[in-house]
Order: sequence, then C-alpha cells, then structure tokens
Amino acid sequence: MDLSAINPILFVAGFLVAATPLIFAAIGELVVEKSGVLNLGVEGMMITGAICGFAVAVETGSPLLGFAAAAAGGALLSLLFAFLTQIALANQVASGLALTLFGLGLSALLGQSYVGVKPPRLGDIDFGPLADIPVIGPIVFTHDVILYLGLALVAATWAVLKFTRAGLVLRAVGESHDAAHALGYHVKRIRTFAIMFGGACAGVGGAYISLIRVPQWTEGMTAGIGWIALALVVFASWKPGRLLLGAYLFGGITQLQLNLQGAGVAIPVEYLAMSPYLITIIVLVILSADKSAAPASLGRTFHASQ
Amino acid sequence: MIRLEKRPQPSRAFSLATPLLAVLATMVFGGLMFALLGKDPVTSIITIFWQPLFGEFAFYYRPQLLIKGAPLVLIAIGLSLGFKAGIWNIGAEGQYIMGALFGAGVGLAFYPLDSFIVFPLMVLGGAFGGWIWAMIPAMLKVKFGTNEILVSLMLVYVAEQFLASMSLGLMKNPEGFGFPGSRNLQQYESAFNADLIEGSGMHWGVVAALIAVIFAYVLLTKHRLGFAIRVTGEAPRAARFSGVNPTRLVLFCLGTSGLLAGLAGLFEVAGPAGQVTIDFNVGYGFTAIIVAFLGRLHPIGILLAGGLMALTYIGGDIAQSQLGLPAAAIQVFQGMLLFFLLAFDLLTNYRLRFGRTEVA
Repeated sequence: MDLSAINPILFVAGFLVAATPLIFAAIGELVVEKSGVLNLGVEGMMITGAICGFAVAVETGSPLLGFAAAAAGGALLSLLFAFLTQIALANQVASGLALTLFGLGLSALLGQSYVGVKPPRLGDIDFGPLADIPVIGPIVFTHDVILYLGLALVAATWAVLKFTRAGLVLRAVGESHDAAHALGYHVKRIRTFAIMFGGACAGVGGAYISLIRVPQWTEGMTAGIGWIALALVVFASWKPGRLLLGAYLFGGITQLQLNLQGAGVAIPVEYLAMSPYLITIIVLVILSADKSAAPASLGRTFHASQ
Repeated sequence: MIRLEKRPQPSRAFSLATPLLAVLATMVFGGLMFALLGKDPVTSIITIFWQPLFGEFAFYYRPQLLIKGAPLVLIAIGLSLGFKAGIWNIGAEGQYIMGALFGAGVGLAFYPLDSFIVFPLMVLGGAFGGWIWAMIPAMLKVKFGTNEILVSLMLVYVAEQFLASMSLGLMKNPEGFGFPGSRNLQQYESAFNADLIEGSGMHWGVVAALIAVIFAYVLLTKHRLGFAIRVTGEAPRAARFSGVNPTRLVLFCLGTSGLLAGLAGLFEVAGPAGQVTIDFNVGYGFTAIIVAFLGRLHPIGILLAGGLMALTYIGGDIAQSQLGLPAAAIQVFQGMLLFFLLAFDLLTNYRLRFGRTEVA
C-alpha cells in the first residue's frame, strides 16, 4: 500500500468533479420535493440524460449542445411522470419506479451504437494567472463550465426559494396544496414545472457522468447515483446549502475509495466499491430522526374537488 | 372539458379491465417502437406473444415459461404484501442475490457430500439470506424511522458487490482453471434443483411460487394479519385505532418479501443458472415490481401477470435471435406496461365527466 501515491491536490480537484452529478440531480429533486412531489425516477432521468447528452455531443461534436440535449431529454422524460402523477393522479412512488425502470431500458436502447465511442472533450475554463496560485489554483480554477454552473444553480435555487415570490409560492404548494389552491395558485401547473426542472437537472447530472467524469457510455453507468441524490435531499433537510455539503461528502468518499483502489490498499476492490452505498445508509439512519423539515404535502396526490 | 370525479369506491370492473387495457396499449405503442427500430410491428408482437406458446418450437419454450415465471411470481407475491400496506421494499434484487449466495454457500460447503439433507438445508439458507438482507431496512425503519425505499435499494448495490467478491474469491471453483464463478451445482446431484418431471420446467421454485400464491391468498382474505395489511394501506389512521401494530407489520412485510426473494434466488442458482457468477442476477427483483402492480397486488393476478411477463422475456429472446430486436427494446416494453397500467388506473378510482365545470 502506498498512500503517498495519492496527491491531495488532485484528490480534492477530483472530488469536486465526482460531486457535480450529485449536485445537479439533488438540487433538481430538492425543488421537486419542495413543491410537494416525490419523484423516485431520478436514476431513470439521469441515465436518459447521460445517453441523450452523449449521443448529441458525439453527433454534433459540441459537448455544450450535448448538455442542452441532456437537459431536454431529462425534462421530456419527467413529463411522463408529471402526466402520471398530476393528470392521471397515480401513486407517486409507483410512478417514480416506473420512470426509473423505463429510463434504464430506454437509455440502453438509445445507447446501443455508442458503446466504445469517445465523446468530444469539454475544455476547462482558462482563468489565466488564477490557475497558477499554489494549491488553490489547481483545485478551484481548473474545471469545466458545467461544474461552476452547478454551484451557481445551488446558489440561485437557495436565493429563489428564500427571497422571491416564486419561491414562496413553490413552498406554499409543497406545504399545503389545498391552501395554495384556495389562494388561487395553479397547484398542478406549478408542480409540473418543478418536475420538469428536476428532470432537466437530473439529465445534466447524468450527462456530466457520461461526458466528463468517465467519459464514455456504458449501460446503467449512473450506478445508483440518482438514488444517492434522493438520499442527499433528505440528508440536506431540503436546504440547498447543506445539500452542497452532503454532495462534497459523498463525492469525497467516492473519490477516496477510487484512489484507495488505485493505491492498492489491502481491502478488496468490491468492499471499497460498496462504501458509498453503505455510508449513504448510515447517514440516512443518523438523520432520519428529524423529519420536521420535510414539505408537509410531500408525496400526496392533489385533486381539486376532494 | 373533462372533469374527474372521485368514485366513492374503486370500480371493480375497471380494476379488472385496466391490466388488459394496459397490455393492449403496450402492444400498440410497443409495436410503434419496433416499427421505429425498423422491424415489422405485427411480426414482432406475434413473435413475442404467440411463438413461445403456440409456435413451432413451443415444446421447448413452454417449460421456460415456468422457469422464468416462478421467480417473478415468488418475488412479486412478497412485494405485494408490503405495497398493499404502503411499505416499499424495492430492493428485492439484492435479497434475491443474498438468498442465492447463502443457499449456494450451504451447498458448496457440503460438497461433495451425497445426502438428501443438502438441498433442504440450502433452501433454508436461501430463505435466511433473503430474510436477513430485508431485515436491515426493516430494523432501521422500526428503530430509527429510516426510509425503507432508499435503504433497500442501496443494499442492492452492496449485494452486487458482494456477489462479485464471492464469485471471484471465496466461492470460486477450485477446479475451475482460474475462471470466475463457483462450481456448477447442476453437476452436484444432492444440491441440484432439478425438474421434478424431466423436461417440464417444473422445479421446486415453481412449487414454492404456487404455495406462496395460495399462502398470500389465504392470508389476505382469511387472516387477521391480512386484514391489518389492507387496512393500513387504505386507511392508516383507522388501522391505528383498530389496534394494528405498525412495527410488527413492517417486520412481517419486509421479512416475508425478503424471504421469498431469497428463495427465488436459491432456486435459480441451484437450478436453471447452476452457478454463482458475477452477472448471475438478471433483474427479476426489479421486473417483479411491474408484475406485482400488473397483478393488481392480488395473488391470482400476480400469478397471471408473472406468466405474461415471463412470456415477454422468452418472446423477447426469440425476437432477438430471429428479428434482431435489441434486448433493451424488451426492457422498454416492460417499462411501458407499468406506465400504461398506472395511467389507466385513473379510471378505477375516478369517473370521467364530460361537459362544463359548474360553479359551486
């Protein structure tokens, strides 16, 4: 075992990258859950975004177009969920599971001809002299634009939820859909927009895995990150700031176990690979005592005449 | 303008009709998807639904129906008990793997002992493996209120890593020339879950699935516990007042579904699969979720739905080899089925009213 092989600066820079798919998927789901909807289809939307983004990036040669397509693909798939839960008034848990099962199949179907293809690279932003600052430079100023977009999205979500009227309405719908309806807000419309936002974010998160983090396409490559994102929202008590913290914690663990695998630690690879999932469970257990932060209408179906 | 009006009672007729409507809609849209993939839709549908049952080689495919259907029914019966009560075990795939590992582990430990006792012990091992894996989310839920959906799902990934570790390490065949995977249990007579009637596909897993169907039917219609399950799902508050113990219910529902999934895994690994290998699991644990809903969470319905889903697996394989239909297309097809089912379920609980909305 040779722990000195792990470069701390590269490690930190690496876990910022590892955390980004989680940040996108989780911030999207946070908004969805704030509107009172539980969408368990994150994994399905992520993997669909991963292949949509990958395919479009390969065909057009532009990674940024790929990310746009991933957002569109994720949002489109989430519309199916919106239709089931908002119009057909189906159970949200079952509909979310359906979305995940469907998304996994659909992505495998779309991705058949892209196995083994190399996607175009999205270059890092050139910060000029900033990147030369010792330690901080290589960690903070050597990333692609999407990573910074993720951070901006978290900040924007926090600000919108806390300070704007739109954020207040969204939270009102999530806390009590009946009261929001009585005040004249269009509960279903607001929720549908929230669901689509969640889908778009999950799509971008998925594409970040297939275009930047890995970068290639393999079936089922999201490997449960969508589910970890769901856990992360609970972990964060539905607060964007804590969500960021949690995403870095999980990103750090993922990166650490990969580095340990590389360094040849005396723990079998399989047991290291289990660790992010086991730690998710442990964190869920520690935090499950406090559910007071959950939106009060979370998971309940809204029908105006009830 | 279409309005929805909640029915005072779910419609029995639509409750029975929605699965059929969903299957029809899936055939139509699935056919459309096959057409987009450049395959003749009608031929594809016939290949999937007709060939395995009545085609030229049906004698070969019909036993497959039992082999593929048994694990689906076994797992789905367990899941349906929890789903009815609002207890969501979606980690059956993990429990299936752990059942297979525990069961096969018992068998491999006894190798090469020749005794009638080996197989029953393996069955116990399989049941225990699935049960204990499901007890993790169950205990965490009752002790700490942890969400069982996320925990059971996370444990699927843990179980998959465990499976990889076992088939490359502890359970690897010492005479396997270094190839991954365990000894083939099909060649170890005392452990082999053989067809009870040669070539019929009827192995112990099929028997267990049928027993599970009967057990669930009796439980839900005649037993107090079944009543508790139904009340909890339909009116949780009323359940509390009527003295239902939610802790026991969680332990029972998750435990039973884990146990049945574990059994399914054992019967598979000791029979049709034969070996513990890295990719021995094929997603029955997830497909069983579709089976449970398609069967309306009713034991008899699940039996039929399991048969139908097994048909799409076998038909999908045929379509893959004969028409070059991609395997993923069948996965999409199965996913569609659940979508349409959930969508059409609207008609069970609501009445469509046409005309203008009157002002109250």
